[in-house]
Order: sequence, then structure tokens, then C-alpha cells
Amino acid sequence: MSDVKDTSTAAPARGTDLPAQSPPVDPAETVLASEKAGGRLSWWHGEGGEGARRNLALIGVLVVLVIIGAATRSDLYSRPDWVWDNVLSILKLASVVGVVTVGMTFVMIGGGIDLSVGAIVALAGVWCTTVATQSYGAGGMIFSALTVGMAVGLVNGLLISYGRLVPFIATLAMLVAARGLAAEISDKQTQVSDNGFINGLASNNVLGIPLLVYILAAVVAAGWVLLNRTTFGRRTVAVGGNPEAARLAGIDVKRHTLLLYALSGLCCGIAAVMLTAQANSAQAAMANLYELDAIAAAIIGGTLLSGGRGTITGSLLGVIIFATITNLFAINGLTTEAQNMVKGGIIVAAVLIQQVQFRSLTQFLGRNRLTRTT
Amino acid sequence: MTAETVLRLTDVVKTFPGVRALDGVQLAVRAGEVHCLLGQNGAGKSTLIKVLAGVHRPDSGTVEWRGEPVTFANPQAAMRAGIATIYQELDLVEDLSVAENAFLGHEPRRFGFVQRGHMARRTRQIFGRLGHAEIPPNRMVRSLPAAAKQVVSMARALSHEARLIIMDEPSAVLAHDEVGNLFRIIRELTAQGIAVIYISHRLEEIREIGDRVTVLKDGRTTAANLSARETPTRDLVSRMTGRSIEYVFPDRPVEAAAGAELLRVDGLTRAGEFADVSLSVREGEIVGIAGLVGSGRSELLETIYGARRADGGTVTMGGKALRPGSVGAAVRAGLGMAPEERKSQALLLGEPIYRNVTLATFGRYARGGFTDTGKEQVEADRIADSLDLRPRDVRRSVRTLSGGNQQKVVVGRWLLGDTKLLLLDEPTRGVDVGARTELYQVIRALAAQGVGVLLVSSEVPEVLGLADRVLVMREGRVVRTAPATELDENTVLDLVMAGSLMEGAPA
Repeated sequence: MSDVKDTSTAAPARGTDLPAQSPPVDPAETVLASEKAGGRLSWWHGEGGEGARRNLALIGVLVVLVIIGAATRSDLYSRPDWVWDNVLSILKLASVVGVVTVGMTFVMIGGGIDLSVGAIVALAGVWCTTVATQSYGAGGMIFSALTVGMAVGLVNGLLISYGRLVPFIATLAMLVAARGLAAEISDKQTQVSDNGFINGLASNNVLGIPLLVYILAAVVAAGWVLLNRTTFGRRTVAVGGNPEAARLAGIDVKRHTLLLYALSGLCCGIAAVMLTAQANSAQAAMANLYELDAIAAAIIGGTLLSGGRGTITGSLLGVIIFATITNLFAINGLTTEAQNMVKGGIIVAAVLIQQVQFRSLTQFLGRNRLTRTT
Repeated sequence: MTAETVLRLTDVVKTFPGVRALDGVQLAVRAGEVHCLLGQNGAGKSTLIKVLAGVHRPDSGTVEWRGEPVTFANPQAAMRAGIATIYQELDLVEDLSVAENAFLGHEPRRFGFVQRGHMARRTRQIFGRLGHAEIPPNRMVRSLPAAAKQVVSMARALSHEARLIIMDEPSAVLAHDEVGNLFRIIRELTAQGIAVIYISHRLEEIREIGDRVTVLKDGRTTAANLSARETPTRDLVSRMTGRSIEYVFPDRPVEAAAGAELLRVDGLTRAGEFADVSLSVREGEIVGIAGLVGSGRSELLETIYGARRADGGTVTMGGKALRPGSVGAAVRAGLGMAPEERKSQALLLGEPIYRNVTLATFGRYARGGFTDTGKEQVEADRIADSLDLRPRDVRRSVRTLSGGNQQKVVVGRWLLGDTKLLLLDEPTRGVDVGARTELYQVIRALAAQGVGVLLVSSEVPEVLGLADRVLVMREGRVVRTAPATELDENTVLDLVMAGSLMEGAPA
């Protein structure tokens, strides 16, 4: 009935990463009494603030995990070079899922979901390691992995935007179909990669850091720029935040949705090369359940399942947190079963914290600030 | 025959932040009568229904139900007390059977198991009472036509032993012959002593089925217990109009806009929504469309804009035909639209103001695909200045703005590009009085700069006060076109409401 909003709590609303600068406003501006409460906002309390606060909380979680690791395996943490080695192994562990998660984050901010990412990685991996493809060398292998990934993503996108299938259904179908095709192509065999360059991506270091970690860094950096600095990123947020508003503002929502799934497929293609390099082989069962890892990482990183909000930085932190937990269990010799239970708990905890805590924390900070300045 | 008064409302007031939705409502309903509620959009009818249905609680005043003062804590309480509401959008569960819907929430049970046979028998019995024994209790509701769904809603009311049934525009979803059937059911209900509150915009229906009429305007009762059959239309209409708050409209230019023709719509048709609509808008001209909700006006606007695809007819802009069903093409041709539902159709509530202002234009400020947020903020700031947006900081979330200021953001979006024609759908809905006047000035100023405006509003004074030329729409057709100065509110309301359903209404 009423559109009048209560602005008295001045809770700064969520937003994406904005440059920190004070707004060009005359302080003596005429502001309605009810709207005065919000007034001007500093960076921390302003639009970019919430994402920053959320990421800070994730870093806090990471610190706690590292402390637990240091406490349980003090021997491993006794020498700086061992610590560095462990950090690198965590990052290496995070690299493949990290690349997939960047694509997933775009799809989710755009209001969709891609359950087929693991299957696309497997299909692209198998495709690029067939004897025929390997005969074209590293370039041919990489090209075919990226092309296959993007093509499958395009099919997802076509089904969803023009075929009007629900993303959940379309990509679930693709999950099954792509793994089936991968098994068909590979004849259910493990295909060994003989390519030294590809295999070297996993084993070679530059300046002491594995190449896989550079690939992750490059994809994350590209993803961040794409989301925060380009019209593509802006359209992604608009399409996911309010598809009808985006459409009525003249944005081609269908085409953009199509591109988002293609982007996710492309990321899967990159991940396929990385995973093939790690295993020196590819098979239809590879990258199993990556979709769950990627979705979970994006969600604890603050991406909304309903779309319209999410950050690349948050997703990266989410991936690293999961990798750190895996590492923590591995160095303590604990089972993956126990690890999965903890991961499940962390997903629930992260979402609960975001729903409850951030709201009240934000309001608390907002109120404190008001009592100081007014 | 003087039946007892079952429901009596005295001085009922209900306020929402910034709006006094009910401001002293009096209403007395007798057992066995059809009591009609009349009022323009925004007069408070919906709020009143919700108070009676237990959705809202009144701030002050009393509601007496069968002699006892009552306040309903929730809709279930109202239901138990014997007040049932049939909303315009029927609240049936499509994938349950007819009987399950009729007894939803109070299924006859034994040992925790639903007695399906018993339920089906009682449902059949109720349909018998309603004269619709032919509706099978086991059919899925989804497979029923709209009229039968309405009967199921009524069956639900009767399954609760309702003594008062509120019907909110029940005829809006029905074809003409089905309305006759609805009236027959209503007569059977009232013959059993059940009271009916009947809400409709169609005066003819009120004359046919109604016993007494209560008129609401701006949240107040302006006339109570008029005879539904004998009160002259003029009297009814005049009680609904003549507002207590006079809006200030900017002066029209002395000379009528003589600009070139901008938009031309020829024979535009969309089945079931509107038919054979032709109109034109010149540069600098404000054309208003008056009509009720459901008259096809919003659909018409969206079709012109390409958000819906026409079944027939053409839209040309500056002499060039627009590609049907393409918003992108319309925007490139210089159209802009402020849609009816601000929040669900126009705004990214989680995003800052400036990104909402530049939603249609951020591509223009971008270089090589990279956005220029600095430039966007400067441009948005300029718009905020010219529209007197409050608060002014364009980096704040658009969510924190009042309705009027949110509307300025939506209109401001189209001031950035080279918009030649602005389509405004209910631009002042949910906007407070002060901001309304400002918006009117903005719209007039735009026209003065040569922008054409096509305006839709259910508030007749708004259309008459703001537009240069007015089209009156009823049931999907334009029934009158005239300069605004040649029309008055009563004439337009007569045209809009002269609701005979027979004039070839689209199904």
C-alpha cells in the first residue's frame, strides 16, 4: 500500500565495489527530516562498505583456520619455507575450482545457476586428450578444451534464454548428458596426456609459484575487471537484480543470459586444461561434484542465489577457505568424510551469519555513526 | 423488510507511513443485502476490505460484527467469525482438487486422516446450494474456467458458514453471460440471509444486483446507504469526485503544441487486452489516457514500447516503423518508459541511485566496454539537481528513497539519453502530494523542450490537469478522444464506467 520507507536506521544498503570518494554534495543541502538520518556516507558505511565488511569477515575465518592449522600441526608451521609450501599447496588446490567458481559467480549474479560445470570440465578434458586432438599439440588441446567448454555453455544458454527452460533443469540435464558424452568419447577409459607443455602447467613453477596459481590469478583478475569495470558486468548485475527492469531499460536480457552461460562454459574449458595438467590425464569421471564446490564457494562469498549481488573477491575467498579446510584435514590425517561434514556446516553457518549478523551489524554500525555525527 | 445490521463500521481509521488510507469510514451492512462499495482507485476500498478480512487492524474506530465489537487478529479469525473475502485474484491452489480447495485449512478429519468422501459429499452439497451441482469435486482447479474457479471460491466461503461475503470486482474476470450466473448465485446467497459486500466499477452491475450503496473518497465515507437502483448516476459520480486535496497542475502553454508528429499508432490490437487502438503524439504534446485498471491501458503502453508483441497494427516513430516486440529498438528510436510498478519493473533496489539513473544509458558513457562511473555520477548528479532529488547523494541506495523520489529516478533515467517520447504509466502512484506537484512540473517542462509524453493514469483529474489531449479507454477500446479542456471529470468518469459489457469486449 505505502511506498514510504523507513530510512531512520540508515542501514547502508548492499552494493558492489565502488570507488572510495566523498560524494560531491553540498553539506547544506536541503534534506527532509526523515531522510536526514542517512545523510552522507563514508566509504565504510557507504555502498561499497558491505561487500568490504563481508570479505573482511571471510578473511577472519581464514585466519582462524590458519591458527587451527598452526596449533594442530605446529611442526609444519615451525619453518617459514614449510609454511610457504603449505600456502602454495592450498592455492594449487584452490586453483581449478577457483576458475570454475569465477564463471559460476557471473551466472549466479545474473540470476541463474549452472549445475553442469563439473560435467563440462570432464567433457572438455576428455575432448582435448583424445589421440586425434593431442596430435595438434598443446595449442590444439587448449583451443579444443576452451571451444568445447564455451559451446556447451552456449547450449545451456540457448536452452535457458530462448528455450525458456529453468536454469536448474537445463543445466541438470546438461550435467547428465555431458558426462555421458564424455564417457562415450573416452570409451570409459582414462586418456593419458603425453603433452609436456600441458603437463608442465601443473608441475612447473615460475618464481617459486606454480603456473596453475598464475592461471587462477589471471582468471580472477579478468573476472573482477569484467564484473566491476565493464558494461558486461553492469548488465550482469541488472539482469540478475531485476530482469524486468533491465528489459524495460532496453537491455537484451536473453542475449546476456546466453553470454553468461557461455562464459561459465569457457571457465570450465580453462579448468579442464588445468585439471588435465594436474592428473596428466583426463576421464569422464573427473571434476566430480565441482558444481557443488563452486556454488558453495560463491554463496559463502556473498553471492545471492536469487541474483543481483555477488563479488569475485568473495567467491575467491570462499574457494580458498574450502581449500584450507581440505588442507587442514589432510595435514592432520583426517578422513574426507569428516571434512565434508565440516564443509556442510560451514555453508550453513556462513549463510546464517550473512542473513542475521550482517543485518544487525550494519544497523549497529549505522546507529553508532549517527549518534556521533548528529 | 428491515433485516438486522450484521456489520457496522464507525469512524474507522487506518494509516500507513505517510498515507491516511482510511480516514473515518462508516459502513452498515444488513443481513441478506447486497451492499455496494463505490470509489475511485485509491479511495480506500482495498484497505477497507483488508480490515474486514483481518489482514489489517484499524488504528481507531470500531468494527461491530453481529452486535459485538471485534478486532480480527488475522485472516483466519475473520474467517472463523463468518466473514469470507473473495479477492480479484482468486486465492485457490491450482493443483489441488475442487473439494480440497473448498475445505482448505479445515478439512473434515478423523484420527488425523482427511475424510475425503465426506469432504466430497459436503462440497457437492454446497455446489447444489450455489446452483452448480455440475462441478465435480475431484477435478483439479487448474483445469476449470475462470467462472467456475470463482464458484469454488464461494464454495470455500460457504464451507466456513460465512454470514458475510466480500467480493472484490468479481465480474472483472468474467464474460457477460457468466456475470448473469454470478448474479443468480448472489441472489441465492442473499435469500439465505447472507450479506454480500460487492465492489465494482461498473455502475450497471450495481444497479442490477445492489440494494444499497456506500461511496468512499480519499478514505472517507462521502455517502452511505444510498439506494442502488434509484440514486441518479450524477449523484453517485459526484460523491466519488471533487477531491479534498487539490493538486496544482502547471499551466498549459498558451499555444497548443504544433510540433511534428512523433508517434503514430495504427489499429494496434492485442487479443484479450485492447483492440484497434489508433493514436498519435506530437512533439511537445502531452497525451493522456484515462481508463480503469483492466481497460487495457497499461498493456497498450507496453505494446507500443515493444515489451509486448502486438497481434495487429503498427507503431511508427518519426515516420519509421518500430520493430514489434523489441524494447531495444524502441529505446534506440527514442522511446522511454516509466512502468506502472516502480519496484518490480523499473528499479534495481540494491544498487545506488546513479546506477539506476544510468541503467538505460551506461553504455553511452562507456569506452570500449569499460564503464565510466565517474562520468555516470556526474550525469546522474545533474539529473538529481534538475529533478530536485532528495537526498541528493547519488551514491546512496535507491532503496532508501521515498516513492516520489524513486519515481524521479525512473523518469530521470530517460532525461539522460535523447528520449523523444516518454511513456508514463501511473507516474504518481504511491507518490505524496508534494512530490506529485513536482513531477507534474517536470513532465510539463519536458514537453516544453519538445519531448512527447503519453501518460496513463487511473486518476481522472491527473489526466485532465496535465494532458493536452485525452483518450478515454474502456474495455480495450478508445471510446473518446478530445482536448483536455473540453472534458470534465464527471464526463470522463461516466465514459469510463458506463460499463455495459456488451460493446464487443475482448474476452
